Formats: sequence, structure tokens, C-alpha cells
Amino acid sequence: MSSILQQLLNGVILGSVYALLALGYTMVYGIIKLINFAHGDVYMLGAYFGYFFINVLHLNFFIALVLAMAVSAGVGVVIEFVAYRPLRQSPRIAVLISALGVSFLLENGMSYFFGSDKRAFPQAIATVQYHFGQLQISNIQLLIIGTAVVLMLGLTLIVQKTKMGRAMRAVSADQEAAILMGINVNRTISFTFAIGSALAAAGGVLIGLYYNNIDPLMGMTPGIKAFVAAVLGGIGIIPGAALGGWLIGILETLTQAIGLSDYKDAVVYGILIVILLWKPTGILGKNGREKV
Amino acid sequence: MVERILQVTDLSVHYGAIKAVQQVNFVVNRGEIVTLIGANGAGKSTILRGISGLEKPVAGQMMFNNQDLNGLSSESRVQQGIVQVPEGRHVFPGMSVLENLRLGAYTMHDKQQFSKTLAHVFDLFPILAERKTQDAATLSGGEQQMLAIGRALMAQPKMILLDEPSMGLAPLFIQKIFDIIQQIRESGVTVLVIEQNAHQALTIADRGYVLESGQIIATGTGAELLASSQVRAAYLGG
Repeated sequence: MSSILQQLLNGVILGSVYALLALGYTMVYGIIKLINFAHGDVYMLGAYFGYFFINVLHLNFFIALVLAMAVSAGVGVVIEFVAYRPLRQSPRIAVLISALGVSFLLENGMSYFFGSDKRAFPQAIATVQYHFGQLQISNIQLLIIGTAVVLMLGLTLIVQKTKMGRAMRAVSADQEAAILMGINVNRTISFTFAIGSALAAAGGVLIGLYYNNIDPLMGMTPGIKAFVAAVLGGIGIIPGAALGGWLIGILETLTQAIGLSDYKDAVVYGILIVILLWKPTGILGKNGREKV
Repeated sequence: MVERILQVTDLSVHYGAIKAVQQVNFVVNRGEIVTLIGANGAGKSTILRGISGLEKPVAGQMMFNNQDLNGLSSESRVQQGIVQVPEGRHVFPGMSVLENLRLGAYTMHDKQQFSKTLAHVFDLFPILAERKTQDAATLSGGEQQMLAIGRALMAQPKMILLDEPSMGLAPLFIQKIFDIIQQIRESGVTVLVIEQNAHQALTIADRGYVLESGQIIATGTGAELLASSQVRAAYLGG
């Protein structure tokens, strides 16, 4: 029993990182209907920025985290501007291919310039284990959950209460009507990429600290899993991404716990297939055809 | 003293090979209600979309308050005081009535002005005040149209462009919408309205233009067009 609880806890921690990533997928999809396949690589870049700030500039972990988020936000804006915006009037498939191109560029570019080997992520915070009865949790794990929750609350506040958040929702709901309100759609889309990329970077830095190593391809699998999480929760729906992230994290950990480690990825992708077949709008999605 | 607020000269808008609007000329004077009438596909909506910046004309000039609109973004046009109420209402679903109205005031930065305008809109449409926390998608068609108009008024427009405001509404609401249009004009906002409901539109309009296949084929005061045999035959059912 306690081991199940322990696994659930581990799942929630892993799921927090998926959730941070899934939020970016879902926000970008909500606003420009693009599955941004380069999103996992922004998470990787975020981890590298964190590595750089801690290892090279010897900054405090939290300052490094915030700076990595800020720089990655800028990277996200540039990616959108260079690779997606020129294709705004093109068929969706063209933008999707462009996103795959950006993904390859980032993965291989990082391998080329910084090597494809794993690097040890600095142990900026010494690990301390806490015990609650049979349950065990480290300060790093608490930090991951805490940061994820704080960032999600911050995001909710931005989306629900600020003018820019209202503009984001308006552009997602009805782009043409948003234009007629005098909303600058391009600026709103840039802002969305900035926020999504910052959240991904936070996930990357946290995972670096947790697993102690980073490499240029570290974003591939979590990227796809976070995408599955976003679809599971209901793509385009912000709370759905958080829910989906946690569910995928728990599912993956439980699959490992029952001795099916080799199948943990297969189970996650299996979920994607089942969801797409059975309820493509996801758990929180409303049933109904997409308006064309 | 008649003062031009909008002067459209030789406006042409194409969708690919389709010449939706061809060399159209018309003017709107400050404080007027002007209507463009014509059959489906005559180019009425396209003209409005050209004015609000949703479509880019291939030729022609649009002067608003002596300023050339070509080259101005839709955002700047809203700031200049041109606000369009889209056909089919397009309220933002999943957002409350109040949030929709806030979005209408997106270009406004003065909080006091905002409260004043909101009070004015609630005055015009008491139902919106009653429903202000309700999801806009759950309103009836007529209420959504009121919200769409109220939302446009939140930007404090000098000129409001109404695209088929009576479309799909119950007769009771249609009358109400036309009453509101007159109230909007009385509050000092110039109105350019396009309608398939030509009779109603001409009844409240100072002047009208009749469009056919992307060209203006007749013009006159509302009363003149209502009396014209040509217009009666084509648009008013004899």
C-alpha cells in the first residue's frame, strides 16, 4: 500500500514536469492551431540555459531558473517569428513541417556545437530526503511540485485576469472578432509563445536538477509525452494540460512499478491512440465538431 | 453643415479571381445612418471588411476623418474610431458578457472612460447588465446581437459598421435592433449598416446605396429608395 502511494507521489512529480510542457502545447494549439513539435526542444534549451547560468556564471539556482525562463521565452518568440509567422496564411501542414524542422535544427544544432554527450547538471541544491512514515520525498521533488504549482497559478492569473490574458483567450476563441476589437493578433501570439516557452524551460531546468544530467535529445520523449498529456486533457484547454500531465506522469510511474518498465512509453502512446479513437476532444473537451 | 466622415473612392476588393467589389464610390456624413442594400453576394460585407481592414483592397481610397485608411492596421482603425460588428455576431464563447464588453474596450486605457461607457451600454441594453456574469455563448441570438453591438460601442467608436444585424433574429428582436441603431445615432455615432432586410434598413436610414454584383447601381435617401420601383422590384418583394 505504501509503495503504491510512493509511486503515486513519484508520478505526480514527473507529471508536474509534463504538465509544464503540456501547457505550452495547449496554449499554442489554442491560439494558432499548431502542434508545436519544437516545444520539447525549447525545454531542452531551457535546461542548457540553466546549466550555463549555474555552471558557468555560478548563479543561484532560483536566479538561474528565472533567467533560463526569460531567455527561453525570447527563443520561443524568435522561433514563432522566423518559422511560423511567415506561414500564417499557409495550410496547417506547412507550419507543422516547419515545426519539425525547427525541432531537428535545435537538436542537431545543439549536438553540433555543444556535443551530443550527456552533461552532468550541477547539483545546485544538495538533496535532502524527508520521510513521512513509509513515504519518502526529497527537497528537489518538493521544489518541482512547488514550482510547477506556483507557475500554473501564475499562468491562471495571467490568462484570467490580465488584459493580455483576455486577448489570448479572445484570439483563441475567434481570431477575426479579436482583430475587430483592436487586438494585435501577432503580439498576442508572440506573448503566448513567450509564456509557453518559459514554462517549458522551467520544466527543463527542474528535470536537469532532478535527473542530474542533460543532453540535446532530452526533449524528444518528454515533448511527445507532454503532447499526449495535452491531448488527453483536451487540447487547447489550459486546465486540461495540467490534468493530462499529472495523469500521464502517474500512469508512467505505475507502469514501471508493476514491473513493465520496458512498456512505459508504449502505454503512454497507447493512451494517445485510445483517446484519439474514443474521445478526441480529451477529458475536459466538449464533444462537438470543430467549426471550420 | 454636412461633414464627411467617410469617403470611399473607386474601391475594388478581389478574392483571388473573384471581383467582389468593383470601383465603388460612396460617402457617409457625420451623424448619418447610411445603409448598403443588395442581394447575397452583392459585395456588401466585403466593403465593410475593406473599411475595417479585414480585407485588403486591390485599388481605391478610403478617407476617414480626412485620414487615408490604406496602410493602417485594423488595430489603428479601431483606435481611429471605426468599429465593426461582424456578421453572425461572433461573441467570444466561454467568456462572460462582462469579459466580452471588456474586450470591446481593448484599445481604451482610461478606467473612468471605461466605467462611463459600460454604464451607457448597460443603459442601452439592460439585459446585458442582468446577464453580465453569464457565458456569452448561452445568450439567445438576439441577446448575442445586443452584446456584439454593446461590445463595439465599448470602443467609443465615431462610426459603427453593422453587418447584417437583424440576420436570424426573431421579429421582436429585429424591431428592437433597428430601434437601437437609431438610439446609437442619436448618441452621436455615425452608422453604416448593411442589411438584407432592405425595407427596415431604408426606413431608418438617411441615405442608402444599392449594390449589385459588386457595383453601386442606385442611390438616394431612404424614402426615395423605398419608393423606387427598381428597388421595390428587386429587394422589397414588389
